[in-house]
Amino acid sequence: MADAASIQRQDDARPTVSSSEAARIVARTTSVDAVGLEGRAAALATRSIKRESKRWALDLVIRCMDLTTLEGSDTVGKIVALCAKAVRPDPTRPEVPSVAAVCLYPQLVPVAVDQLRGTGVAVASVAGGFPSGLGPLDARLQEIRDVAAAGADEIDIVLNRSLFLGGRYGEAFDELVAAREAAGFTHLKVILETGELGSYDRVRQASMLAMAAGADFIKTSTGKIGVNATLPVALCMLEAVRDFRDQTGRDVGVKVAGGIRKSKQAIQHLVLVHETLGDAWMRPERYRIGASSLLNDVLMQLEKERTGAYAGPDHFTID
Amino acid sequence: MADQIEPTGTETATWEYARAPESTDIVRLDDRYGLFINGEFAEPKSGRWFTTINPATEEPLAEVAEAGTEDVAVAVEAARAATDAWQGLPGSERAKYVFRIARQLQERAREFAVLETMNGGKPIKESRDVDLPLAAAHFFYYAGWADKLAYAFPGRPTPRPVGVAGQIIPWNFPMLMAAWKLAPALAAGNTVVLKPAETTPLTALLLAQVIQEAELPPGVVNIVTGAGETGGALVDAPVDKIAFTGSTEVGKAIRRATAGTGKRLTLELGGKAANIVFEDAPLDQAVEGVINGIFFNQGHVCCAGSRLLVQEPVFDALLTKLKDRLQTLRVGDPLDKNTDVGAINSRAQLEKIEELVASGIDEGAEIYQPACDLPERGFWFRPTLFTGVSQSHRIAQEEIFGPVLSIITFRTPEEAVEKANNTPYGLSAGVWTEKGSRILWMAQRLRAGVVWANTFNRFDPTSPFGGYKESGFGREGGLHGLEPYLTFDGSTS
Repeated sequence: MADAASIQRQDDARPTVSSSEAARIVARTTSVDAVGLEGRAAALATRSIKRESKRWALDLVIRCMDLTTLEGSDTVGKIVALCAKAVRPDPTRPEVPSVAAVCLYPQLVPVAVDQLRGTGVAVASVAGGFPSGLGPLDARLQEIRDVAAAGADEIDIVLNRSLFLGGRYGEAFDELVAAREAAGFTHLKVILETGELGSYDRVRQASMLAMAAGADFIKTSTGKIGVNATLPVALCMLEAVRDFRDQTGRDVGVKVAGGIRKSKQAIQHLVLVHETLGDAWMRPERYRIGASSLLNDVLMQLEKERTGAYAGPDHFTID
Repeated sequence: MADQIEPTGTETATWEYARAPESTDIVRLDDRYGLFINGEFAEPKSGRWFTTINPATEEPLAEVAEAGTEDVAVAVEAARAATDAWQGLPGSERAKYVFRIARQLQERAREFAVLETMNGGKPIKESRDVDLPLAAAHFFYYAGWADKLAYAFPGRPTPRPVGVAGQIIPWNFPMLMAAWKLAPALAAGNTVVLKPAETTPLTALLLAQVIQEAELPPGVVNIVTGAGETGGALVDAPVDKIAFTGSTEVGKAIRRATAGTGKRLTLELGGKAANIVFEDAPLDQAVEGVINGIFFNQGHVCCAGSRLLVQEPVFDALLTKLKDRLQTLRVGDPLDKNTDVGAINSRAQLEKIEELVASGIDEGAEIYQPACDLPERGFWFRPTLFTGVSQSHRIAQEEIFGPVLSIITFRTPEEAVEKANNTPYGLSAGVWTEKGSRILWMAQRLRAGVVWANTFNRFDPTSPFGGYKESGFGREGGLHGLEPYLTFDGSTS
C-alpha cells in the first residue's frame, strides 16, 4: 500500500504570486453556474458501480482515508485505539489495507507518532487555530511549527474566512503563505470551510487563492458546521484543481471531509474524481477522505461483497 | 471501452466501471403487433408487416403491421365515430382518463424505459431519467386543463375541440413525442390517429395497451404503424388537424398536401441551433451544456446545439476542455446504466451522418474524435468535433442529426447573433454568459423558438416549444400547446 507518511511537500509548492496579486486571482477566477454544477454532480452520482469496480473503490476509499477524531474529549486511550484501527481496520482480514492517515488535535500528535511509527500510516494534525482560524496570528503560526516539530506528517489548517469574506484577499493570502512557511516541508492542507463561503464562485476563488499560496491539498470542511463536503462543492474544487494544473503545471490534492458516512457517498465522490481529474488523482497522494464512521461502513460493504450477506454492526470493531 | 475489469487491491490499476446492464426481463414482447384501431389490435388490411430491430445489436424485436390507405381510413372513421361521445364528456371525466394514463406511465416507467432503449438505441439513463418522467409529466399537466378549458384563454369565446387529429411523430423521442401529441389533444376533447415512426413503433404499441387498460372509450386513440406512405395516407385522410414532428423536407410536403384543405396544421421540424459561449461564461458548466446539447440522445435532437459559437478569447480554453471531456464520454451498450452515448437509430441515419461528416472533411474543416472502442454489431458513430468550420460549410448549415458538433468563433455579440440566425432554421439557441443583461439582449435578437440561458435541452410541460422559419410553426407545451387543438370561432367538425 502507499506509504502515505512519506508524502512530502512538493518542491514547487511555493507561492506562485505575490500577495498584491491575490485580489487579481480572485477577480480572474472563472465563474461557476450553480444549476449546471449541481446538475453535473447529480448526474455523476447516478453512476452504477458494481462488483469488481465496487470492491476496487472500497479498497481505495480505505487507502485514501484520513481516519479522524477531533473532539475535546479525545484522550490518549482513544488515540491509541484509533491508531490500531488505522493500521489494521479489520483484524480478521489482513488483506484490508491501512488508512492513509489519522487526523487529530495537536496535543495528541506525540501519541499518534509513537503508535504509528513504521506502519506507513501518516499523522495529520489540525493546526492554525482550527476550526475558526481567528486566534492571534503569531499563536496560530507557532502552533503549526509546533506540530511539525512534534513529528506530524501532514498539517490541516483553515483559511481565514473573516478576511476572505471581508474582501481582504491580500491579508488572507499572506496568512496562508506564512502558514506555508511555518509548516516547512510538512504536507499542508488548507481547509476552505466551504459551508461558510456562501456560493460556488467563492469556493472556486478560495481554492485558487489557497493553491496559489502553496497548499499541497485543498480541503472542503472542518466537520464542525452543518454543511460539509457536498458533491457539488467537491466537484467545484476538483474543477479548480484541474484549471490550476493546466495553468501552472502543479498538481494539488483534494480532501473531502465532513458528513461522508456511507460507502455509497464515498464512491460517488470517487466517481467525481475519476471523471474530472482522472486516475492520476485516485491515490492517497492526491486524494483524501476525512471521516470516522465511514470506515466501518466500508468494512461492512467489503464483507458483503465477499460473502453476499451483510454482517451486523457488532462484527466490526468500534474504536 | 469500459468493460475491462481490473484486479482488486492493486495500486497501479486504473478504475474501470464494471458492466451495469439494465435487465430486459421486464419487457414482454409479442411476436407480432397489429394496428390499434377502435380499442383493439387488428390485422392490417394491407396484409403487410415489417420487422423492427434493436439498433444496438441489429437483432429483430418484433413484427409490426404496416397500415395501408384503407387501414388509415378505418382508423380515421373510428376516431370520427368516437368524437361525439368524447367531446360530450364533462372535462373532469376526460381528465380522469388522461390522469390514468399518466399514472400508468409512472408505474410502468421502467418497462417503458427499457423498451424505448431497446427499440431506439438511446442510453437507458436518458429514457429512465428524461423521456419517461417527462412523458408522464405531460399527461399530468394536460389532464389538469381538461376541465378548465373555458378559463384557459380569458377574453376569448369558450373553446371547442377541433375534432379528429392526425399525429405523426419521429423516432428520436418516441414516447415523449407521443405524450406531447396525445396529452393536449385528448384533454381538449379531440380524438386521435397517431402514427409512430417506422423504426421505433414499440413503445407506442405498449402505450396502446395502457390506453386499453385505462378503458379509454374505443376509437378515441388509434395507433397506425408504418412508414412514409402510411403518414401520407393519414395526411390525406379526412382529419381536422395534422400535427407533425420530423424533418423539414417531409414538413414541406405535408404543408403542400394540406394547403387549401382547411385542415389545421402544426409542424415541428429540423434545427441547427447555436450554443453561444461568451468569454465571461462559467466555462466548466458551459462545457457540460455543450456536451449535453450535442451528444444527448446521440445528437438525434431537433433542438440539438449542433453549432458552437465561441467568443475568440476563450476558444482555446474551451476547445481543450471539450476534447478532455469527450474522452470521458462512455459510448456503447445503451442498456448499460453508465452509458452516455448510445446507438445511432438506424442504418439510414448512420449513412446520412457519415455522408455529412465526410463533406466536412472534404470542405476543409478539422475533425476530432476521441479514441473509444465501438461495438462490432449495431449502428455507432463516435462523438465528433469539427473546428475550422465556416458558415458556408454544409456541416454549418445542414442538420446532421447525429453526434457531430461544428465549432465557429465570433468576436462581438452582434456577430454572434448574425451567425446564429444565419441558417434556414430557428428552433433553439443557448447563451452562456454571466451577464444577465446580455442574456436578455441576445434573447430578443435570436430568431429561435427557445433560448436557453446557461443551460441547454431543458424541457417542462408548462413551457412552449416550437420553431421559427424552416423549423416549423405552432407550439407544443403549455397553453400554447393546447390552443392548436381548440377552435374559438364556434365552428366544429
